Amino acid sequence: MLNGVKRKIPNNLPRFVSSDDFLNKKRKLVSKKKKQLKTVFFNSYEEVFDKFNIKDKTTLSFHHHLRNGDRVIQEVCKVIKNNKLNDLHFAPSSIFPSYTNMTELIKKGNITNIHTNYLNGEVAKVISEGKLKGKLIMNTHGGRARAIESGDLAIDVAFIACPTVDRSGNGSGAIGKNACGTLGYCVPDLEYAKKVVLITDNLVDKLDDYQLNGEYVDGVLVVDSIGEAKGIVSGTTEVTKDPIGLKIARDCSVLLSDLGLLKNNFSMQTGAGKTSLAVVNYIKEIMIKQDIKGGFASGGITKSYVEMLEANLFEKLYDVQCFDLEAVRSFKENINHIAMSASKYGNPFEKDIIAEKLDFVILGATEIDLDFNVNVTTDSSGYLIGGSGGHADIAKGAKVTIIISPLIKSRIPIIKEKVTTITTPGEDIDILITERGIAINPKRKDLIKKLKSSKIKVFDIKELLDKTHDITGVPANIKTDDKIIGYVEYRDGTYIDVLRKVHDDYIK
Amino acid sequence: MFRSLLFVPGNNPSMLQNADIFMSDAIIFDLEDSVNLDEKDNARNLVETYLLTTKELPKAVVLRINPVNSDLVDDDLKLLQTRKIDYLLLPKANKISLFVLDKILKKIENKIELKPTKVICLIEETKSVIDIYELAKHERVEALMLGAEDLTSELEINRTTEGKELLYSRSRIIYAAISNKLIPIDTPFTDIDNQDGLIQDCKNALNLGMKAKTAIHPSQLETINEIFSPSQKAIKWAEAVLKKAKELNKGAFQFEGKMIDRPVLEKAKKIIEKAKLFELM
Repeated sequence: MLNGVKRKIPNNLPRFVSSDDFLNKKRKLVSKKKKQLKTVFFNSYEEVFDKFNIKDKTTLSFHHHLRNGDRVIQEVCKVIKNNKLNDLHFAPSSIFPSYTNMTELIKKGNITNIHTNYLNGEVAKVISEGKLKGKLIMNTHGGRARAIESGDLAIDVAFIACPTVDRSGNGSGAIGKNACGTLGYCVPDLEYAKKVVLITDNLVDKLDDYQLNGEYVDGVLVVDSIGEAKGIVSGTTEVTKDPIGLKIARDCSVLLSDLGLLKNNFSMQTGAGKTSLAVVNYIKEIMIKQDIKGGFASGGITKSYVEMLEANLFEKLYDVQCFDLEAVRSFKENINHIAMSASKYGNPFEKDIIAEKLDFVILGATEIDLDFNVNVTTDSSGYLIGGSGGHADIAKGAKVTIIISPLIKSRIPIIKEKVTTITTPGEDIDILITERGIAINPKRKDLIKKLKSSKIKVFDIKELLDKTHDITGVPANIKTDDKIIGYVEYRDGTYIDVLRKVHDDYIK
Repeated sequence: MFRSLLFVPGNNPSMLQNADIFMSDAIIFDLEDSVNLDEKDNARNLVETYLLTTKELPKAVVLRINPVNSDLVDDDLKLLQTRKIDYLLLPKANKISLFVLDKILKKIENKIELKPTKVICLIEETKSVIDIYELAKHERVEALMLGAEDLTSELEINRTTEGKELLYSRSRIIYAAISNKLIPIDTPFTDIDNQDGLIQDCKNALNLGMKAKTAIHPSQLETINEIFSPSQKAIKWAEAVLKKAKELNKGAFQFEGKMIDRPVLEKAKKIIEKAKLFELM
């Protein structure tokens, strides 16, 4: 049966209706785990497996705050292999290229089901090629928090890498040799997993300031190293020099200005790519020139935002994960650099979430279609290359959602008649900015009206598609495989699209 | 009329593909210095295909050909058959090279029934600076462009941000161009990452009388366009002056305490003409 974005979803599964449909539903909450009186200290990963009775079919969760520098998931995978456990369900908040030990376990059936918000690298490749025996569920950052608190994603054991832990089991990401800053994604795991173990390489007697409450912690494992903080650096700290990226960024800043979105107390979020950084720089220039002070910026926080906070251009930063080491430093030093949990960031059922307070967000797209549906999950041949992360959460929450992208990436047009995979529904996408023009979702008549007196040329998205085809020609249709390897789960728990195995003709 | 002209190497497909989106008043498709000898055919093919197949071409198309005394120029000029080229940029322009080019062009134009092709002279030799007034009088010539890299190399001097070393050549080009109703175009600023230097260099050229500047990277265009455009303040002044002139219907009058007469009215008209052309009002 077709869902609300006209994708065929198997009949026994919950179908996406619209991004507002959660308003018709009641929040489902299971009880938080019981608070512990005493924290147990373990000597090894093996002992954790033993004491927490980790066996076949157990669900294990992880966070990705150490990103490519994480060693915990690698070590857990080794124990699974040695213990010859099968049919495990993994629920890491994201999967990075450095998580190489997962690959073999997927191929051999030790890991058979995965819930995650984002994945790339070798794990993404093997799953794309149909090697995962069960299913992959790709949900959003806010949706993951919702799934955990509702019991839809029941976690048996949460492995939480934590840069510093005290003897009462309280944890902080702000300090320690592998400080990674905020620990926003693992808060639901901490509060709802049946068992929680913090893994640290920095044990202290007492933490006065902590993000993870030791009362929810069942055990602590002290290891030589949880990873390497340098690996957390995401994206780039350099502004793009690519003339196309600069043009898009410039046009974006002009558009924001013409829409009147840059005014005192405004709030915003962007990605961490080079073009996003260029947008942030242009916005910064306008703010300084026009003496504008923003209310807050949120999201994964980068050095650019830290500089703006320190220059008093923003009052506060709300941070779910630090994207670079400058953000880690700022989080430790600046009281206005505030941690938020994944739930507070984007859980549709949580009250006063940050996503809904955003005036505008600037996001990327791998593909966008004539209905403004966006794909950031797969490439055009179906290979998994990312995932929503917070994309669908903030696209829904923000007052204005802007996609910035060149029209052509690696000779492939980004505008399609229909995207390969829907990550974020078109109803939540308002504006597309490309190097050859801007398209506005026809449902945003207010924005179209505001831009009537602007010098910015607005095109129909179909006109932009035609312009692209004039350059590239019309690409051949991509073959799809019948085998369903997983689903894209919208933030409310419904299924917005299916994920299919890459067709044999495209397997690399 | 230009403010900015961007050099695009003819053998760079991604730059060609996006040539029309940059904020340049003209694109100079280069077949000369930025293209290696073994890439010349490739560059010609790419530029030809681009010109013949692209729906939205840049506002003005300029082709920098190889020197007329080289074996390459005949093949370069075959691109005129596309009928999409607005100007040829003649490198090492001097009396002889301009004479030779004119002769070749006349033959081609007769053969393929092409209207006379306009030429921009690239002044990059000391003797061209000396002979500039003669070049400026040639009927094909539409603009004079300073090429400071070759010129300072011949003079064995260094280029500076202050640009004192270019005062003489810039001034010669400006006077020769303006007195013959041509456009004086300034040399590119080659330190791409130095935005402050670019601003200073543009202002130096503008204050002497240059009307446009070449760019070697799209990131320079915004600055060049801004500096070589009339300011909003100037546009408002020009509008008010012309309005007042129309109301009073007098050749001379006072406006905001200053005397307005024919030269000032001409200046105001030029400002409005430029503002309209560059979509600033």
